[in-house]
Amino acid sequence: MALTMNEITQTRAMIAPPRVEDVAAGHRVAEDFDALPSRISVRGLDFFYGKEQALFNNDLEIKEKRVTAVIGPSGCGKSTHIRAYNRIYELYRDHRARGEIWFDGRDILQPGTDVLDLRRRIGMIFQKPSPFPMTVFDNVAYGLRLHFKLSRGELGDRVEDALRRAALWDEVKHKLKEPGLALSGGQQQRLSIARAVAVEPEVILMDEPCSAIDPVATAKIEELIEELKSTYTIVIVTHNMQQAARVSDYTAFFYEGYVVEFDATSQIFGNPQEKRTEDYITGRFS
Amino acid sequence: MSTLEWEARLGPEGRRGAAKAAPRRTHSRLTDPLFRWFVTACGAAVAVAMVALSAVLIASSWRAITTLGLEPLRTIPWSPTGGEYGALTSLFGTFVTTVIAMVIAVPLALAIALLLVEVVHPALGRVVGTTIEMLAAIPSIIFGMWGIFVIVPLMQQYVQPWIQATPLGRLGLFSGPPLGIGVFTAGVVLALMVLPFITAVSRDVLKMVPTVVKEAGYGMGSTTFEVMSKISARYALTGIAGAVFLGLGRALGETMAVTFLIGSDFNTLPRSLFDPGTSISSTLANTFNEATDPLHVSALVELGLILFLITMVFQLVAQLWLARARRMSGTRA
Amino acid sequence: MSAPARNDTAGAARDVGAAIAAKPMRARSVARRRLVDRLVTGSAWAAASLGVFIMGWIVVTVVVRGAGAINWAFFTELPPGPGGEGGGLANCIVGTLVITGVAAAMGIPVGFFGAVYLAEFGRTGRVATAIRTITNVVLGVPSIIAGMFAFAILVRPLQHYSGFAGSFALAFIMLPVMTRTAEDVLNLVPNDLREAALAIGAPRWRATLGVVVRSARGGLITGTILAVVRVSGETAPLLFTALSSPYWMDSLFGSGGFFGGPTANLTKTVYDYATSPYGNWQNLAWGGALLIIVAVLGMNVLARLLFQRGKEWH
Repeated sequence: MALTMNEITQTRAMIAPPRVEDVAAGHRVAEDFDALPSRISVRGLDFFYGKEQALFNNDLEIKEKRVTAVIGPSGCGKSTHIRAYNRIYELYRDHRARGEIWFDGRDILQPGTDVLDLRRRIGMIFQKPSPFPMTVFDNVAYGLRLHFKLSRGELGDRVEDALRRAALWDEVKHKLKEPGLALSGGQQQRLSIARAVAVEPEVILMDEPCSAIDPVATAKIEELIEELKSTYTIVIVTHNMQQAARVSDYTAFFYEGYVVEFDATSQIFGNPQEKRTEDYITGRFS
Repeated sequence: MSTLEWEARLGPEGRRGAAKAAPRRTHSRLTDPLFRWFVTACGAAVAVAMVALSAVLIASSWRAITTLGLEPLRTIPWSPTGGEYGALTSLFGTFVTTVIAMVIAVPLALAIALLLVEVVHPALGRVVGTTIEMLAAIPSIIFGMWGIFVIVPLMQQYVQPWIQATPLGRLGLFSGPPLGIGVFTAGVVLALMVLPFITAVSRDVLKMVPTVVKEAGYGMGSTTFEVMSKISARYALTGIAGAVFLGLGRALGETMAVTFLIGSDFNTLPRSLFDPGTSISSTLANTFNEATDPLHVSALVELGLILFLITMVFQLVAQLWLARARRMSGTRA
Repeated sequence: MSAPARNDTAGAARDVGAAIAAKPMRARSVARRRLVDRLVTGSAWAAASLGVFIMGWIVVTVVVRGAGAINWAFFTELPPGPGGEGGGLANCIVGTLVITGVAAAMGIPVGFFGAVYLAEFGRTGRVATAIRTITNVVLGVPSIIAGMFAFAILVRPLQHYSGFAGSFALAFIMLPVMTRTAEDVLNLVPNDLREAALAIGAPRWRATLGVVVRSARGGLITGTILAVVRVSGETAPLLFTALSSPYWMDSLFGSGGFFGGPTANLTKTVYDYATSPYGNWQNLAWGGALLIIVAVLGMNVLARLLFQRGKEWH
């Protein structure tokens, strides 16, 4: 199901972009949405930057071991939305979330939540690859050392395993003692993925993971996502519709802080129910 | 040439280089080279002053260097009237007060910098930051007076006896009569003087850590302290080292407050922190004006030269590290 | 790694995978980590509070002890002899103003034009970088060494102390401070302004002085104030140069004159009186200290406010 390099290159050329509905139609269809277990359930999520409201009454179901894409024009709130899942917005004084986000039987927006463990179980990959100022090995080992007590041998094994899962092991196995910043952009992003999967998360959030890296590296990461989804639930924010059509099973279309439409990817791109979705898909605004 | 044509000629790249690539044809033949020569001379003035200072110090201490050799650095009795020039007490005192000051100031400064960068509300951070910076503006002599009239009695009556009552008191380090003045008190007040510098520079350096990297750290489930110590500090390490060295340089050269508080004992090496002692700068402050014998004066200048050299080394290293920190954060952006 | 090295990557992967699956991880105590975090943050708050507290303590001490000495006589009369009563520090106040003023006249212009050099002609280039480094290094010269320098050049050869030697030492200290501050301010002026001035045909010196400097005016004034203020509280550079005197400055070149002999100033006098055994002198010293701290902190606050307001205009 993964696209070949040729097709991806053609897509990038953008001379005659293939219709997203054709791409999306290649995905698995016809599964019973409601029967699938939800990893994360969002109910009535509002979000505020100070006095300004950015998200309005968002409802979303993130299905287990599927890839859910979040798309929409810039400023529509897609990053804001997923940053509520691991409560990373709390770093900033006047950012506030209201509503319910259910994860593993608990509403994680409640004050009693163990945020440190939440962030281990819901990992995040950022738009700009941001390796820590340490060696490749230490980058991956960071989370392991933080949350667990491991012997040297165990640590080594788990770092290797994480790098393999991120399809990075063969490229860095001789470079483990080099600084993480010495890797290329695409490698740094896969390093971030290795870092996240090392601590055995359940969900991986990706906030426009490919917008700061080159097309070849992007292709590698999209392949990786395809492999990862058999183990982890993935939510990916992207402004690239082609990408959403390629990698995701479900897609949510956001517009000005509202969830306009949420459905199987093939439906969103092939048969959108809302006019605004259709306008966005067909490029009437972006 | 209109401004528009000028901009077109420069192109998008040229804007930044324009200050260097000024059009020569518009300057007046005589005054522009003169202007440039003049400002260059002013810029060079500081270099000239530096060279002159070094030359003067070396020349004036030459007599002592050649006559006394290494004796001042090794021996103790400092009574120039009797022909003895053992400067070990001065050197030792400078060293010990600086060490005490740094041991107290560096952790406090880093903690405050952490607070100002990560934790506090921006408004409160500004207030605290400004207050600490004001502390840096207080002249040394005020610290000295406050020290001797307020802190020394406190030390003598409460703090030092209290320390001696605890298990720490059994250490030789805290033995001897609690005089109030002495190396310990001087070191403590020196710490307060050095603290604002280290805090300010550390805070600036820590602010340069990119937000994404910190968010990535928090995103992995780290506490604030963990992000600070494992990530930010590592990122800012060179800069923090530079800050510490800057503070060190300041502590080494500090005169008035130390002179008030250190006790001016030229002839015995302090064995306990509570003993009096002397530092290079306070020896100079106390005795320079009374020195008449040329060898005595020269020996004092030699002490000044030593102090100068030590502080210069630390300054240069600090500059190097700070420049490197600035470069690294620039390329990482 | 505990898995043996192999060329068979799939096999190696399986080994590692199996090793991991066999051993679930033991978690570290979250409570402990949170406790450490709270302790460190708490100590940081304590440290910051200590800093603020010390600041307040010093200011209050000086105000309380010095207020009693401030009266009309303080500003108008000469100091009394040892053990004498009453008197003031009038000559010291005037002396400090003169010494600092002369120092500023020497140090500020040179420092300013040096900054012009660095900002306008020395953006890159090895000479400019060297000068910048040297400026930073001279910033770190202990002030007592600056005093020694002035002593060697102006006191010893002429065989007498002088207020001018004190000014020279202070100027030496002021120079790099002014250069650094002024350069930072001049660098903030956007390049567009320089280009525009040059593009209308202004000669370099006029573009720089007329346009660039004028737009940086606020910051430059602030920098000047800060440099002057920093130096006015210094004592060490005056210890071997200007000393102090209980009399008025009576001439320029005579033995009681600015260039001819010791000149009264606030800081050295405060030092002498504070370390003396006479209660009246100590009282006057506190009054002097109060004056110094009010001037220094007051000017600092003023400079900050001016700088903030200046920034809003840009």
